[in-house]
Amino acid sequence: MAVNVAALRSQLETALAGRLPAPFARLPIQAETAPFNIAEIDKLTGGLPHGGLTEISGPCSSGRATLLLSALASRTAQAHVCALVDGRDSFDPHSAAAAGVKLEQLLWVRCRDIDQCLRATDFLLQGGGFGLIALDLSVLPPKTVRYVPLNVWFRFRRAVENTSTILLLLDQESNAGSCASLVLRLGLEPPRWSASQTQPTPFPPNPCAHLFDGSQIHVELVRSRLRSAEGGHKVRSLARMNEAGLVANFRTKTKWGDFRKTVSESK
Amino acid sequence: MAFASIYVPDFSIQAVVRAEPALRQQPVALVDGCPPLERVVAINEAAARGGLDLGMTKSQAIQFRSIAIRLRSRVQEEAAHAALLDLGWSVSPRVEDTAPDSIVVDLTGLASLFGSEETIAPLLARRASDLGLSVHVAISSNLEVALHAARGFPGITVIPPGEESRRLGALPVQVFSPPAEMIEILERWGVRTCEALAKLPVLELSERLGQQGLQLRQCARGASLRSMILAEPKLCFEEEMALEYAVEELEPLAFLLARLLDQLCARLSARSLSACAIRLRFELDNSSENESAPPLNPHVGGREVKIYEKRFTLPVPMRDSKMLLRLLRLHLQSDSPHAPIVRIFLAADPAAPRVRQEGLFLPSAPDPEKLELTIARLANLVGNSHVGSPRLIDSHRPDAFEMSRFIPLHNAPETRQKNIDVPGDRETIAAFRVFRPAPRAKVTLREGRPVHISFPNMHGKVAAASGPWRTSGEWWREDAWHREEWDVEIDRPSLSSANTIENSSSVEAQRGIYRIYYDTLLQAWFVAGMYD
Repeated sequence: MAVNVAALRSQLETALAGRLPAPFARLPIQAETAPFNIAEIDKLTGGLPHGGLTEISGPCSSGRATLLLSALASRTAQAHVCALVDGRDSFDPHSAAAAGVKLEQLLWVRCRDIDQCLRATDFLLQGGGFGLIALDLSVLPPKTVRYVPLNVWFRFRRAVENTSTILLLLDQESNAGSCASLVLRLGLEPPRWSASQTQPTPFPPNPCAHLFDGSQIHVELVRSRLRSAEGGHKVRSLARMNEAGLVANFRTKTKWGDFRKTVSESK
Repeated sequence: MAFASIYVPDFSIQAVVRAEPALRQQPVALVDGCPPLERVVAINEAAARGGLDLGMTKSQAIQFRSIAIRLRSRVQEEAAHAALLDLGWSVSPRVEDTAPDSIVVDLTGLASLFGSEETIAPLLARRASDLGLSVHVAISSNLEVALHAARGFPGITVIPPGEESRRLGALPVQVFSPPAEMIEILERWGVRTCEALAKLPVLELSERLGQQGLQLRQCARGASLRSMILAEPKLCFEEEMALEYAVEELEPLAFLLARLLDQLCARLSARSLSACAIRLRFELDNSSENESAPPLNPHVGGREVKIYEKRFTLPVPMRDSKMLLRLLRLHLQSDSPHAPIVRIFLAADPAAPRVRQEGLFLPSAPDPEKLELTIARLANLVGNSHVGSPRLIDSHRPDAFEMSRFIPLHNAPETRQKNIDVPGDRETIAAFRVFRPAPRAKVTLREGRPVHISFPNMHGKVAAASGPWRTSGEWWREDAWHREEWDVEIDRPSLSSANTIENSSSVEAQRGIYRIYYDTLLQAWFVAGMYD
């Protein structure tokens, strides 16, 4: 059978020679992406790939929720309907509203355990039509998420393939493996405290004047199908990643940051 | 002017068969009366061929094993009659509700919509078939002639003007439903058909049978004249089914609901309407001793019954019976009646069908029907209160929000693009994660400031802290709050040795920035959440 197919193929190639340069060559697919609305991340990744699984992993306070809210804000601003499967009911609507998420465009599913999360994601993928489906497992213990069979991620990837839906997975450790089109690893740099510039001690005389101002998030691009298509990358060490432009940093600020800036400028 | 008469032969049987389509090709007999004196009150043609006769007792009828015996159902007859009226109103607003099994439709002015009378008659028969009824249709310029022709001739009959007397001539006089004694007299005279009746001399007939006889003769000649009595159009879509045996499980119940929904949707479709809400009412078996069953309702039908009642509002009008059935199933799975069901009532609140043109520049959105089904599935999985769209409440209470029903808007996307091309041009708002419920924490203070904190699966030194930020409110309520909040950076933490979080509801925490608070009312420390 294989011989027949090969023979047929060579016959067709001979017949089409001169008319088509490579009749069986796979044309590169121009993947559509949606922005995170964070310039550093968009420059690093090219955006969230449509019809693919994007995995964002990192420890606590490493900016995973910030990235999630930014992506949700970007998609809801474009009038897309989004869904959030919340692994431990930890989503903060006030933060989301401050980040620009249009809450009326967001379907929030508040789960209690990983089984509910996976089944809810299945239902949402079957329903179809969502611009972004986020599965937030980052507050669940890594051991629990590690036990999710790989075929689940494979099934999710197949479900969003050839659709315009973006499937976003947030966890503490990367679990989806090769099923993910884009994998980002986040890390927390030392946070910024307002008094730390003038007063290095962590316990200043007046702790009320010592405000948490924001933090700097370190982002590593672990895997990207888009980048691989462009030229590929197999670098592992941080130094080589830096050279290859596979890391980025972005700053976050607190909700009261703008207010404080305005007050200090008026003074 | 033309009238179409629609007649449902074996109406009582068709009303039952409509709810049980499997009986359509079978011999069926209906019994009625007080047990054990039930008698056969209606039979279809197949049952008559099988030897069954009206008036037989139920025990006699049961001997005919191939014949399906059912109880006569007046609620199903009412539903079938409502469906018949819907059929009439689906083509014309001028409908006469002549009898439970007959209606007359005024066809004046319908030619431009549906074509000639020869086209309208099969259309009516087809629509009746969609509603689960097999009908006779007769069209004539005389209302009474149409009515009698429909009763007398099977299938479709179109009587051109001037041929009324000739066409009615072959019909037996019984088609006018005269009194029994008059039939007997006519039988003695040898008058059996309309043709013979029409030829009787007027004066002699009047002397012997009076005005009633003359009216009968007029009918037989196709010369009877009367005005149409219009029925007021109703938008009432209700179906009911009384069950011989109580249903306890969801599968057989779904089977019955599917039948009722099919009928409801067919009626809605006939009137070019959709349902914006479905009302469901179950009459439950009184003998059930289930504690979770609804309480007794003493005023239904003069007897004590348990009632389970629900109203399902649909986000968009829909009339897809399969979709509605799935929604009902999901709702019943999460909120079952907890008692056997003996009677099912289903009603649809009508609304204009959804007509929407998708915008060329609008992004694709979930199909509203599918979305509703997805939400129902999710609600079944995680609970109703855990699915929806968050809505912020105008309050200073921490984490104040409420869940609202998710109905996405179909707005145009924002055209204004923010300047985000330059890295470092703007900072992103740091997100916060809320721990629900807030875990208790042990906090060590030094000079009034937290220096060490421990809560489930985490403990560590406080590297930096900001606070206390005091908030309080709603002191007049039982759930008033009064707290002193701190933002703390916990450095060099260590996970507890007993890290068995899989089965615990607590949150596994690591190094990070947290918000803790001291609840002055409860005199305890809690972790509100973490910046992430």
